[in-house]
Amino acid sequence: MTIVFWILAVMTVSGGLAAVLLKNTVHCALAVTGAFAGLALLFLQLDAQFAGFAQILVYIGAVAILVVFAILLTRGSETPESGVFSRTWLVGLCIAAGVFAVMAWAILNSASALPHESATPDVSVMQIGNALMGRYVLPLEIVALLLTAAMIGAVIVAMHEKGDVK
Amino acid sequence: MQDALQFTPQIAPSSIANVLWLVPAVPMVAAGIIALLKQPRRRLASSLAIGSLGFSLLVALTAFAHVLAGWMSGHAVRETVNRTWVQVGSTNVELGWVLDPLSAVMLVMVTFVGLLIFIYSTGYMAHDENFTRFFCFLSLFAGAMLGVVIANSLLLLFMCWELVGLTSYLLIGFWYQKPSAAAAAKKAFLTTRIGDIFFLLGIVWLFAQTNTLLFYNNGAGSMEPLALGGLLAAPAALGLSAATAIALLIFAGAAGKSGQLPLHVWLPDAMEGPTPVSALIHAATMVAAGVYLIARVYPLMEAGRSATMIGTSSTTALTVVTWVGASTAVFAALIAVAQNDIKRILAYSTLSQLGYMMAGLGLGGVAVGMFHLITHAFFKALLFMGAGSVIHGCHEEQDIRKMGGLRKEMPVTFLTYAAGMLALAGFVPFAGFWSKDAILDAAVWWHPSKGPFYLLVFGALLTAFYMTRQVSYVFFGKWRGHGHAHESARVMTTPLTILAFFTATLGFLGTPAWPWFRNFLGDHPAPFELAGFSEPGILALMLTSTGVAVVGLLLGWWLYGNKSPKADERDVLEKAMPPIWRALRDRLYVDEFYGATVIAFYAWWAKVADWLDRRVWGGIVSFVTSFFGLWATFNRFLDTYWVDGTFDKGCEELSVGGGLVARVQSGRVQTYLRLLAVGVVVLAVILIWSSAR
Amino acid sequence: MTPLAGYLLVAALVFAIGLAGALTRRNAILVLIGIELMLNAANLNLIAFWRYGPHPEALTGMMFAVFSIAVAAAEAAVGLGLVISIYRHARTTDLDEMNRMKG
Repeated sequence: MTIVFWILAVMTVSGGLAAVLLKNTVHCALAVTGAFAGLALLFLQLDAQFAGFAQILVYIGAVAILVVFAILLTRGSETPESGVFSRTWLVGLCIAAGVFAVMAWAILNSASALPHESATPDVSVMQIGNALMGRYVLPLEIVALLLTAAMIGAVIVAMHEKGDVK
Repeated sequence: MQDALQFTPQIAPSSIANVLWLVPAVPMVAAGIIALLKQPRRRLASSLAIGSLGFSLLVALTAFAHVLAGWMSGHAVRETVNRTWVQVGSTNVELGWVLDPLSAVMLVMVTFVGLLIFIYSTGYMAHDENFTRFFCFLSLFAGAMLGVVIANSLLLLFMCWELVGLTSYLLIGFWYQKPSAAAAAKKAFLTTRIGDIFFLLGIVWLFAQTNTLLFYNNGAGSMEPLALGGLLAAPAALGLSAATAIALLIFAGAAGKSGQLPLHVWLPDAMEGPTPVSALIHAATMVAAGVYLIARVYPLMEAGRSATMIGTSSTTALTVVTWVGASTAVFAALIAVAQNDIKRILAYSTLSQLGYMMAGLGLGGVAVGMFHLITHAFFKALLFMGAGSVIHGCHEEQDIRKMGGLRKEMPVTFLTYAAGMLALAGFVPFAGFWSKDAILDAAVWWHPSKGPFYLLVFGALLTAFYMTRQVSYVFFGKWRGHGHAHESARVMTTPLTILAFFTATLGFLGTPAWPWFRNFLGDHPAPFELAGFSEPGILALMLTSTGVAVVGLLLGWWLYGNKSPKADERDVLEKAMPPIWRALRDRLYVDEFYGATVIAFYAWWAKVADWLDRRVWGGIVSFVTSFFGLWATFNRFLDTYWVDGTFDKGCEELSVGGGLVARVQSGRVQTYLRLLAVGVVVLAVILIWSSAR
Repeated sequence: MTPLAGYLLVAALVFAIGLAGALTRRNAILVLIGIELMLNAANLNLIAFWRYGPHPEALTGMMFAVFSIAVAAAEAAVGLGLVISIYRHARTTDLDEMNRMKG
């Protein structure tokens, strides 16, 4: 447990908490960006440079922007008078707490079985590239297809009805 | 009977077996490309579809030639190509394809009949505005069906099976603007789904028992003696072995797809789709998938008896298959007698013939059932396409009472339709005669019971009768429709002629004198010997079945021939025996029965659940709420501030939550997500707890 | 506590926070944000197990995480598109008011 880990953990968790708790939707989006950044740094700290940078590019660069756009397009930034939490927030909170309890229990109970330390893996981008183009080429292609389909789908879903355009 | 050829151990699959995956893949890719085309690109769409299926036909023919060559040189071909798909721990999920006589024959049939229907569709659908979409679905269907045929793994077969179900849904509901078409599509999807659930259970069970879903894998597949022995030894419930139980579950899936009792209700409704769809899917190929599936897992069905004991003994699974098939054959033929829609008559006759195929599988083995499947595919596709031509020529009229005398206006359609009708009714020398005769032959020699034989003979009589009725209504008598009937275009009549040719000749592949088909599938050499006709009982049986067909035909002609009843006039039989006629016309009330039982049960169950939600669960929740409320009031004396802040709020939330519990089906996504999370927690706790002890 | 357990606990906490957000917020966009947090927590698990697992040189866990990120991007795009479409239809992103998905 290094100091860096603790700082990053606190940063991530507080970002997540703020994203869930804040009233103003735009603030929430900013907070979740912070949480994404914290996670990206955690990835880097775990020697997964590639995944870390992918996280920064995809989440901070794209998803966060998308979220902000969606908020602006839906006037979601206005705080509703009826409150930001659903009427049954307590039930939801209890369930989330239950899920956390189960997971934490499982982790702590198997803590002794978990490995303590291992050698730093030496992973170059070249290796990753070779893996992506070799062993993982089919999943890569499928993900590419999925992304294309999702992009087209998102455009079609969010597009105006035919009558509006013409 | 000669000794069976041995399947030589596989060294390496031949090159044709290695590329067999192209057969389903090419039409699927074509479907993908057509999906991207715009609606006006009609020519391109149809040529892509036809070209891809033509390519598949070429590959299928090459594969067939390869299998044939192996068979001629005296060793049976069974080549498999298996690939690991998913590896989890030490468990491998493998997919693969198989080239053996069964899949080769089926491949050629599906691609050939499919190709003709594709060509016919270009004419039939020429004026439809969604022409390209239609060909996209057709191609996808053909690819999925071919995938079912070549699959060497129950999992791959199931995937393609579901794809077939999806495309069937899309094509039945192709004219989705018609409410009846949309309803029929839904009905077909849901009814077959019932069978598929059992099928899936069977698959999972088989995997749990044998740890593989491959059919053949050099001795380690699930259809090979080693696994079957284990399955036989493993007990299930009610004194059945696991083999029998799994076989019955798989048969339930096949019954759903092939429209066997009691899951047959969707097939007649499926006639709402365009006629080429009825011909391709609901006559020639998809409904045959169930029969093919049973043929594929035949080693499982007959586990526990040796192949030489066909006829003398039966297994539980095969007995069930036989009886269900034979009952369906008669049941559907009875209903067909009283229908007036030209396509519905054919739909019920399809059900009836599927019953024959199932019975043939149960009684006489793979070759008997499959032979009828192949011949039926040809003549039923012919009949449906002929019916489509008639419907087209009569300006989209489907009621046979409003037709008549078409033999002069539509000579080609009439002649080809007559060939199909004679084959269906079982007249020498048309294909249907020989294949039906083989089934009846197997039924005569079936030791456990003579019941199926009598049922099937009765069904044959009815078949000849209702087909005569239909043909005399449509092609004889006076024209009773509106406007002028006209012959269809060449692009439609040419496939009809080709199919008629095969309908007339295909049967010679399986005569008693030269049982080529049976021996090819059964891996025996097939010498030609006229002596086959003189085997005991064969001639007598052939005379019997011919006699039955002639009686049916004469009866039909006597009642309906050359008369021109008006559209609102009551049927001859209706005048004779009104109650029976009405029951038959209303399809023996099976749909109504389901409406009154299954669907009513669901409605009732929903009511009960609603009552439980409101009274019982709601009661418990309000009890808990009031309990907390009391406790809160009590606490207020102790610590007003703290209690006010937390417990009152909590109670309020609980009572709102109670209202939610009372109506779990609230339509709110978050409620569903919540239940999901609760389920995860409960499962995790159960898992941790059970492993801790 | 081993380092792995620390990462796993952080991941579990982020997951629970995301779940709580998805379960309690009224705004559909914030529900999506919660779901993104849950996905990210799962990715952290994958990376942590890869790092401390027996065969880090096999890259399996990290590849899984990278693909998961890509899929999550697709999910976010479609999800937000849906939210916008629903907003155009119902003039609200409040999930408590969207209850037409019932029998």
